[in-house]
Amino acid sequence: MSTSTHPAPSHDGAAHDGASVQPGRDLPDLLYGEAEEELRAAVRDLLQERSGWSDVLARTETSEPYDTGLWRVLAAEVGCAGLLIPESHGGAGASYREAAVVAEEAGRAVAPVPFLGSAVVATAAALSAGDEELLSGLAGATLTAALAVPFASKPGASPAPTVRVGPPQPGDPAGQARLTGAVSGVADALPASVLLVPADGVPAGLYAVEAGAPGLTVTPVVSLDQTRPLADLTLDSVPARPLASGPDADRAVSAALAAGAAMLACEQLGVAERCLEMTVAYLKERYQFARPVGSFQALKHRAADLWVAISQARAAARYAAACLAGDPDAPVAVALAKAACGDAATLAARECVQLHGGIGFTWEHPAHLYLKRATSTAIAFGTPDWHRASLARLAALPPAPAGPR
Amino acid sequence: MLSTSGGPDSAGQTGPVSADGLRELVRDFLASHDPASLPPLEFLRARFDAGLAAVHYPAGLGGFGLPRALQAVVEAEFAAARAPGNQPERIGIGLGMAAPTILAFGTEEQKARWIRPLWTGEEVWCQLFSEPGAGSDLAGLATRAVRHDEPAAADGADGTGRWVVNGQKVWTSMAHQARWGLLVARTDPDVPKHAGLTYFACDMTADGVEVRPLRQLTGEAEFNEVFLTGAVIPDQDRIGAVGEGWKVAQGTLMNERVSIGGTALPREGGMIGSAARSWREHPEWRTPGLHDRMLRLWADAEVARLASERLRQQLAVGHPGPEGSAAKLVFARLNQEITALEVEMSGADGLRYEDWSMRRPESVSFYGRDPGYRYLRARGNSIEGGTSEILRNIIAERVLGLPTEPRTDTRVPWKDLPR
Repeated sequence: MSTSTHPAPSHDGAAHDGASVQPGRDLPDLLYGEAEEELRAAVRDLLQERSGWSDVLARTETSEPYDTGLWRVLAAEVGCAGLLIPESHGGAGASYREAAVVAEEAGRAVAPVPFLGSAVVATAAALSAGDEELLSGLAGATLTAALAVPFASKPGASPAPTVRVGPPQPGDPAGQARLTGAVSGVADALPASVLLVPADGVPAGLYAVEAGAPGLTVTPVVSLDQTRPLADLTLDSVPARPLASGPDADRAVSAALAAGAAMLACEQLGVAERCLEMTVAYLKERYQFARPVGSFQALKHRAADLWVAISQARAAARYAAACLAGDPDAPVAVALAKAACGDAATLAARECVQLHGGIGFTWEHPAHLYLKRATSTAIAFGTPDWHRASLARLAALPPAPAGPR
Repeated sequence: MLSTSGGPDSAGQTGPVSADGLRELVRDFLASHDPASLPPLEFLRARFDAGLAAVHYPAGLGGFGLPRALQAVVEAEFAAARAPGNQPERIGIGLGMAAPTILAFGTEEQKARWIRPLWTGEEVWCQLFSEPGAGSDLAGLATRAVRHDEPAAADGADGTGRWVVNGQKVWTSMAHQARWGLLVARTDPDVPKHAGLTYFACDMTADGVEVRPLRQLTGEAEFNEVFLTGAVIPDQDRIGAVGEGWKVAQGTLMNERVSIGGTALPREGGMIGSAARSWREHPEWRTPGLHDRMLRLWADAEVARLASERLRQQLAVGHPGPEGSAAKLVFARLNQEITALEVEMSGADGLRYEDWSMRRPESVSFYGRDPGYRYLRARGNSIEGGTSEILRNIIAERVLGLPTEPRTDTRVPWKDLPR
C-alpha cells in the first residue's frame, strides 16, 4: 500500500493507493441463471412441504432440533451437500452462485438443516485442505461435518485456537493426533458426524474428529436461535486425523469463514424476503378502522423502505457469491454482503414483528423465528459493524489518528 | 379539630388537611393497630377504613379527598413503622386503572363493594379490552353483551337485568389471578361503533369465563386470552350508563398510558445502565462503530430522563402536557436500540439464551435479565399500551392539529363495518 497521503485521482475519481478499486473492470453477472432458479424451485418445494414454520417451531422444543430426515433428502436427493465439490470427488461441480440460492431458500424457511455448516463451511475447509476422504463423504452425503469454531468468529484472521494437540497415546496409529481443549458456541455441530477442529501445537493444524470419539462431548446450548442451536465442545485427548497443517490449515479455516460469511449473507437475504412477504400479506388482510392497515401511507412507506433495502442487499449477495471463487475483490464483496444483508434481515424481521402488531409478539406466530434467526446471523461470522470496519483497510478509509481529542 | 375516625368533623371539614395532621393520624392509628402483631390483611383493611390507604380517595373510601401529593407523607410514616404494604406491584391494574375508573364512574354501591378489597389486594383486577380483531381499533371490538331481564327464579334474585356475554379478549395480564375484569363489550351493534359499547366489571370466577395463557416470543406468558362463553354479568356490575362504555374506557386508557411512560430514575438508572456497565467491563468488545452508538444512546437516554422529569413536574402542578405521548414513544425506541446494542456487542454471548420454558410470571422484570431476553421483550414496548404508530398519529392530530385521515368508520353502524 502506498504511503502517499495524496494519491493521484484517476479520471473517474477513484484512489489508487492500493485499495481494492478496479476502475474499468466489468462486474460479474449479478442475476439468477436458469440452473439456479431450477435449483431454487426444487429446494423451495421440498422445504414448503417438509419444513413449514409451525413444524419448525414445534421442533425447537424437542430433543431433535435438527430435521435429519429432511437434511438427508436435501443433501442426497436434491444434491445440496455436494454442490461445491468437484465432480471428480462425486460432487455436482457447481459454484457458490448455486449454493447461494440454496442458502436463500434455507433462510426463507428458517429450515433446521446444517446446510451452512456442512455443505458450505466444512466443505470449503475440506476443499482447501484437499482431503479426498472428507470430500467424497460430504459429496455422497454419507458425512455431515462442521468446522469447530465459535459461530461468532470473524472471517479473515483465524480465531485463536482453543484446542491443543497433545502427545499420542501408546497404541495410537502413526499420524493420528490427540486433541484437548474446548470450543464454545459452534453452529451445526449437533448433527455433525465429523468435526473439523483447528488446533494449536506441534504441528498446528486442522484435524478431523469423529462425532462419537472417546473424550469428545458435544453439549447443546440454549440458543437465541433454536432453529440452529449451538453446541459447546469439549475434547479430552480425542483421537484426530490431520487434514492440513501450518499455513495450509490457516488458509482452510479462512476460506471456510469467508464462504460462511458470504453464504450466511445469502441466507439472511432469504430471511428478509420472507419477512417482507409475510408483512405485506398481513397488511393487506388485517382490517382496523374499517380499512386494511396497509392502506395507511405510513405503513406503505415502511414496506417500501424494506423492499428497497432488500433489493440493494440482493445485489451485494449476488456479488459476494460471484466473487468467492477466487476474485481479488472477494474480501470487499464478503464484507459488503454480510453488512448489507445482515442489516436488511434484522430490519425486516423487526418490522415484521412491529407491523403485525400484537400477534407478531406471540410464540404461535412465525415472526419471532425470523427475528431470532436474523439477530443471531447478524452476530455470526462478523457483525455488519465489524465488516464495515474491515472496509477501513480494504477500501483505504483509515480511522482518525489516535491521540488526544 | 382533627377527626381520628376519618369522617367529617363537627365543623364540616373532611378530616386532616396538612402533612402534620396526617402524620399525627398515622401515629394514632399505629398506636391502636400494631403492624407487627395484626394479620396483614386485617391491618390493611383497618388502614383503609381509617382513611389512610390513599389520601386522595374520597372520604369513607380509604382517603380524605386530599391532594395526591400528600400520600407520600402517609407512606413514609407507615414505612418507618415497617407496616405491611398492599404490594402495589402485584395490583397495578387495580390501583392504576380499576380504582380511578370506579371512583369516577361507579355508583356508591359499587365503590363500597369494590374499592377496599381492591386496595388491600384481596381482589385482583385485570383488563378485558383488546381483542384479536380490535387492537389499535379498540372501539371496533366485537365481544357482545346482550341484556336479559327475566328474573332468575332458581337463585331467588329479583328481576334486575343481567347481561349474557360472548367473545374473546386478549393481552390480559393477571387474568388467571384476577377476581374481576374491567370489560368493555358491545351492547348495540346497530349504532356507530363508539356509541354501542358498555363497561362492566366481569367476575373472573363466573361460569363461562375461561383463561388461557398467551405465550410470547420470549418463551413465557405474561398475558392471557380470555374466552367469554355465555358468561352472565348482573346489571349491578355495569359501570357507567349503557352506551357510555367508550367514555369510561377512555378514562382507563389515559391512566394506563401515563403509567407506562415513566418513573423517576437516577442517571444510568434505566436500561442504559446495563449497556454502560457492559461497555466499561469489556474493552475487548469495543469498536468505533459501537462506541458511536453507545455515546449516542447514552445521550438520548439521559435527555429522555430529563424530559420525563419535566413531565412529572408538569403533572405535579396539575398541568399535564402533551409530552406524555412522546414519553412512551421515546422509551420504546430507546429500550429497543439499547438492548439491540447490548446483544450485538456481547458477540458470542449474544447468541445464547437463558431459558425458553413456558412460565407464567406474576410480574415483568426487565432488569437483571440477560440481554437476549431484554432485547426480545423490548420489541413489545412499541406495540403494547398503544403502538408507536398510533402515538405518532395522536401527536400529529391532537397535539399539532394536523388533519386526520379520512374516516369511514365513525358514522356507519358497527355491524356494517368491513372487518
